[in-house]
Amino acid sequence: MKELVCIVCPRGCTMQIEGEGEQIKVSGNFCKRGAEFALSEMTEPKRTICTTVKTVFAEEPVLPVRVSRDIPKDRIFDVMAEINKVTVKKKVKRGETIIKDVLGLGVDVIATSGILKELSK
Amino acid sequence: MKNNYDVIVIGGGPAGLAAAIQAKDCGAEVLLVERESRLGGILKQCIHDGFGLVRFKEKLSGPEYAERFIDVFKEKKIDYSLLTFVTRIEKNAGGFQVVLVSRSGVTSVQAKSLVFATGCRERTAKQVMIHGTRPSGVFTAGTAQHFTNLLGELPTRKCVILGSGDIGLIMARRLTLEGAQVLGVYEAKPTPSGLTRNIHQCLHDYNIPIYLSHTVTRVFGQDRLTAVEISEVDENMTPIAGTEKIVECDALILSVGLIPENELAEGLGVKIDPRTKGPAVNGQLMTSVDGVFSCGNALHVNDLVDYVSESGEIAGKNAAEYAQGARNEIGIDIAGSFLYAVPQKLDLNRNNSEITVYFRSREILDKSVFKILVDGKEVYAKKYQFLRPPEMERLLINFDSFGLTKDSQIQFEIEVNSQ
Repeated sequence: MKELVCIVCPRGCTMQIEGEGEQIKVSGNFCKRGAEFALSEMTEPKRTICTTVKTVFAEEPVLPVRVSRDIPKDRIFDVMAEINKVTVKKKVKRGETIIKDVLGLGVDVIATSGILKELSK
Repeated sequence: MKNNYDVIVIGGGPAGLAAAIQAKDCGAEVLLVERESRLGGILKQCIHDGFGLVRFKEKLSGPEYAERFIDVFKEKKIDYSLLTFVTRIEKNAGGFQVVLVSRSGVTSVQAKSLVFATGCRERTAKQVMIHGTRPSGVFTAGTAQHFTNLLGELPTRKCVILGSGDIGLIMARRLTLEGAQVLGVYEAKPTPSGLTRNIHQCLHDYNIPIYLSHTVTRVFGQDRLTAVEISEVDENMTPIAGTEKIVECDALILSVGLIPENELAEGLGVKIDPRTKGPAVNGQLMTSVDGVFSCGNALHVNDLVDYVSESGEIAGKNAAEYAQGARNEIGIDIAGSFLYAVPQKLDLNRNNSEITVYFRSREILDKSVFKILVDGKEVYAKKYQFLRPPEMERLLINFDSFGLTKDSQIQFEIEVNSQ
C-alpha cells in the first residue's frame, strides 16, 4: 500500500493506494478529484509550472506565465529551459500565448497578467 | 478625486478591491487609496496558481485572480488614487477626515465610513531574534518573491529557508525552478506551518528536505551572508547546546509568520484582538470604532484569497449601509483549543441571519465538534474529521435563529472526541 497526499485543493487529503498502475483502489479521499489525482500520480504524474519570461520593457522586466494544462512532472525543467529562451517584445494581453505547443507536449505557455498592456510607453 | 465620499477604502489588494466594488454596488460614493503604483496588492507577485478554487472553481495565478477584480473595479468607474499614502485620520462630526500624500501633494478627504484593507506584513529577522553580523542576503520570503517575480532578479544561488509558512514553501519551489539551490527548510515547531499540499508539491516534488524542530541561531558574513548556524530545538523551542551545525549559503530566506497591519486603525483607537492581531469586529466586520470596518489579512491572516475577497465584500457592503445609529453589541466567548475565532461580537440591531464565522484550532485535532452555546445550551454543532491550525475553517451561521437578547451569553466551543 502506498500513501499519497492530494494536491488538488487546500484540504490536502492523505489517501491510501492499493494496487499498481491503472488497477488501483483509492481510499481516504473526500472527493472524486482525489481519485483522479491518485490515478494520474500512479501512472503519469503531472504538474503545472508558473514562472516568468523576460520582456524588453524596463518598467516590467518580467511577465508572469504558466502552462495552459498540467505537464508531465519529469519534463518540468525541460519546459523551464524553453521558457527561459524567450523574450517578450510585444505588449501581450492576459491569456495570450507566449509559446505554442511547448516541446510538442500539446500545451501552450500563456501570459497570466495584462500588465504590459498598461505600460504608457 | 472629490472632497467628500461615503466610503474610503484603504488598500487596493484583493480585500480592498472587493470592498470597493461591493460598496459601490450598494450605492455608495467610494474612493480607494493604494500606496503602490498598481492595484492588486501582494497578488501581483504571487505568480503561482491555486487562487480562486472556491470562488471561480478554477486554478488561477495571483495576477489572474487580481486582474479579474481590477477589470470589474474599473468597469464600475470607482474613484481611486495610486501612489497615495494615508498619513493621518481624524474623527469628526461627519465621520472621518483622511489626510493623503501623493505626487500632487497633501490633500484631505472626508468620508462617512472607512474600510481598512491594509493587509499584513511579514515578520522580520529582528522579530525572530537572529543574532550575528548584518550581511546582505537575509530576506523575507516576500522580498525574495518581489525580486524574483517582479524585478526578474534571482536573489540567491544557494539558500536556506527558515520557517515553513506557505510563502517560504512556494519560494523554495520557485527558486529551484530558476536554478537556485535550496539546501533545506528549517522549522522550529514540531509540525509544518504551511498547507500539507505545499509541503508535497513545493518540497517533496523537488527533493528539498524539511527539518522540523530546527532553527537558525546565528548568521555569518560581512558584506554578504556566507553561512548560517543551525541548531536543534527542544519542545519549548529553545536551542539545544551542542547540536550546532554550520551551513554555507548566500541567502537566508525567512517565512516566519505574518502580522495584520493595523497601525492606522490603531491610531483611531480601534481595539485589537491579541489572538488574531487584527481588530475585534462584529458580524458586519465593524471594529470598536463606529464607522470603521476591517477585512482581509488586516482582520486576520487568511490562507485562501477567496476568503479575503469575501470578507472585503462583507465589510464594503456594511460600510456602505452604515448609518450612524446606536449599536447593541454582545460579546462571543471562546472555549477549548481555539487559536482564534472571528467575529468576536454581534450587533443585535443588525441582521445576523447570515454571519460568516472564521476560526482556527490551536493544535492538530482529530474528530472534533465545533459548537455554539447560548446560555450554556447547545444551539449549533458541526463535526470535523480533523482541524489543523494552518487550515482556516469557515461557517455560515444564522444567529437570529438563536433568540439572542442583550443578556445572552454566546460561547464557541471545540470539543475533541477521543474515540
